[in-house]
Amino acid sequence: MSNTIAQKKGFGATLWDYLTTVDHKKIAIMYLIGGGFFFILGGLEALAIRWQLIVPENDFVSAGFYNEILTMHGTTMIFLAAMPLIFALMNAVLPLQIGARDVAFPFLNSLGFWLFLFGGILLNCSWFLGGAPDAGWTAYAPLSTTSPGHGVDFYILGLQISGAGTLMGGINFLVTVINMRAPGMTYMRMPLFTWASFVTSALILFAFPALTVGLFLLMFDRLFGSVFFDANYGGNSVIWEHLFWIFGHPEVYILILPAFGVFSDVFSTFAKKRLFGYTAMVFATVLIGFLGFMVWAHHMFTVGLGPAANSIFAVATMAIAVPTGIKIFNWLFTLWGGSIRINSAMLWALGFIPSFTIGGMTGVMLAAAAADYQFHDTYFVVAHFHYVIVGGVVFGIFSGLHYWWPKMFGKILDEKLGKITFWTFFVGFHLTFFIQHFLGLMGMPRRYWVYLEDQGLDLGNSISTVGAFFMGVGALVFLYNVIYTSVKGEKVGGDPWDGRTLEWSIPSPPPHYNFAQAPLVRGLDPLWIEKTEGRKGMTPAEPLDDIHMPNNTILPFVMSVGLFIAGFGFIYQAEYTGGFIAMFVGMGITLGAMFTRSVKDDLGHHIHKEDLDKGAGM
Amino acid sequence: MSSHEDVLNPKVMPEEPEKATLEGKNKFLGFWFFLGGETVLFASLFGTYLALKGSTMDDNTSQNLFELPLVFIMTMLLLTSSLTSVYAMYHMKNNDFGKMQLWLGITVVLGLAFLGCELYEFYHYIHHYEFTFRSSAFGSAFYTLVGFHGGHVLFGLLWIVTLMVRNAKRGLNLYNAPKFYIASLYWHFIDVVWVFIFTVVYLMGVI
Repeated sequence: MSNTIAQKKGFGATLWDYLTTVDHKKIAIMYLIGGGFFFILGGLEALAIRWQLIVPENDFVSAGFYNEILTMHGTTMIFLAAMPLIFALMNAVLPLQIGARDVAFPFLNSLGFWLFLFGGILLNCSWFLGGAPDAGWTAYAPLSTTSPGHGVDFYILGLQISGAGTLMGGINFLVTVINMRAPGMTYMRMPLFTWASFVTSALILFAFPALTVGLFLLMFDRLFGSVFFDANYGGNSVIWEHLFWIFGHPEVYILILPAFGVFSDVFSTFAKKRLFGYTAMVFATVLIGFLGFMVWAHHMFTVGLGPAANSIFAVATMAIAVPTGIKIFNWLFTLWGGSIRINSAMLWALGFIPSFTIGGMTGVMLAAAAADYQFHDTYFVVAHFHYVIVGGVVFGIFSGLHYWWPKMFGKILDEKLGKITFWTFFVGFHLTFFIQHFLGLMGMPRRYWVYLEDQGLDLGNSISTVGAFFMGVGALVFLYNVIYTSVKGEKVGGDPWDGRTLEWSIPSPPPHYNFAQAPLVRGLDPLWIEKTEGRKGMTPAEPLDDIHMPNNTILPFVMSVGLFIAGFGFIYQAEYTGGFIAMFVGMGITLGAMFTRSVKDDLGHHIHKEDLDKGAGM
Repeated sequence: MSSHEDVLNPKVMPEEPEKATLEGKNKFLGFWFFLGGETVLFASLFGTYLALKGSTMDDNTSQNLFELPLVFIMTMLLLTSSLTSVYAMYHMKNNDFGKMQLWLGITVVLGLAFLGCELYEFYHYIHHYEFTFRSSAFGSAFYTLVGFHGGHVLFGLLWIVTLMVRNAKRGLNLYNAPKFYIASLYWHFIDVVWVFIFTVVYLMGVI
């Protein structure tokens, strides 16, 4: 129903539709646009960093500005690019994969998106208001508490607001998976992407509150005169490091696990085989999630926690290599003997295996606490985490986008352009970061603005910079591909890949109620089971009936705008009365919207069964 | 359309009205998860407090400041308010709206009394001992942990009062039953956190 009408709407009506939507598929598109925008921004910051380092003692940017772009590159890529892009994939397909018409909390889902967006915008406003944060993405105290200007304040408020949104998204997906599965969709029949997103959501729930507290303490110290991290008053800056990494280490698994899920689905679809070792894969996912909370202090080996603490955290860290190794082997065995189709989605997945394995091996090297004293704060660490985050998460996002693009938009991304993107990005990636292992081992420290010539660092840095520009070209080609496909691409049907899971049993893009009738799931890879038994689609588990759907609402947008205004208020309240007023006005708007949400009944609406077939085509 | 809305006002209320609809089930489970996140939040604050509780700058140590009689009264007020909110939920399950409102009202009064005591306590520390948020790392950690809890109490009170006033005329149905239920869950959680504050901050503080 909505699809046919939406195409005839004017710009204003479409905009209003997106501002008020609670449809997880539209929220996915907004996450994709928002995350994509910040990915470009973070990428430009990366190119500026590499341009500064192309030759010794370069003066492309000043030392202070270098600190700002370095901080903003890390913060943007983790919080504003990788996480939202993963949320885009989760929103786009998770409900479809479990045969649900909607998520458990559509309102909260929309609020989560708007909080992320306004948090990200607030953070980036710092560029125009006296300078961006410059204390690194980890914002270690006392560097962050003593950093002059308001840069770090924008970091605190921006991340606090977008972090709240992420937490809501996490709770939403947890409950969606537990309560909204279609008949027959038991836990051990869920696709690996759903499993990985489920575990990720649990990690978000238990990791983000530690960041919330850390940011509050930092905010109190900087803006309200408390002394948590001020040694002159008995404060202790190591508390920040603990809180940050109790959040920060699970955070990297929050990013990588959904990517693992994408690869599992992509491998089994394009090898035309059931995923090898499904049970072990689920077990490994849960185990990685669990161990992810036990290893935060391996970021702090050089702080001086003592040999006992360092040993325990070193062993726990190395233990994570076991479930990860299980996964790598299961993917290889899935490919073994499969009827393999190589397209862009599959290329990213195949490129991931060796890249991520290198990152995993350097991870075990870094886990050896004694050796870490040598590696710590050098480019070896930079190389390591880019191998896992780019080689794992970014490859996973690209793979997932190619794989599910037809489901989201009804068109397959152009294959030729897709392959150009892959090869330029893949070559550029290894060119940029492989050499950084050796720069690090030769003693080049992280975060430095310049290096001296004739220290054996010149050639390596130049190669690294060239590689970064290859990656930039790859990303540009992908952007062109998106535009090219949306203009020239041909419409495809609901199941262009000969898929195995439920999302491929409905039209592309799906009607806004997803499934006219809930499907009956009879095993792992439910659509594939029906296909092997000669049926064209899923057997419905219920008669055709009216469908209950939530109403659109502007309140999530209003709440987020309120916090955005209040964010500025908090930052400027000490200096200007205007800031003080903004603080109260902003919080008033947010609390008022919450009050409205509480007292105004929102019962949703029903789509009558007579109206269903028009848009659905089932 | 009318047939759909009747679902929320059945002639005979089910035994567990808070979990009778899918929305109710989702709220119930989602709120438990939220409380899981809140647990981590308070655990982080407790960890910070424990790390900094000895970081005093003058005579304002926990031994010199804390007086157990007042804190004991506050504990009793909040524990009792938890019990009265249980009574309220008991009457909700028996579909006795009037009594539910009455017990919720008593819960609110007890919560207000608790907040009053806490404000008095803070006022006392600030004016008689000049022990503030800014005077030492111990001060920052104390006011942040206890203040976060107090803020939760205030939010809980506003929430419960809003629900009571909003639904005063129309009574209980399957749309608002989950709302009352999760508000009471929240209230219990605040109470549990206070038990830990009473033990870790005050009892361990006077030793």
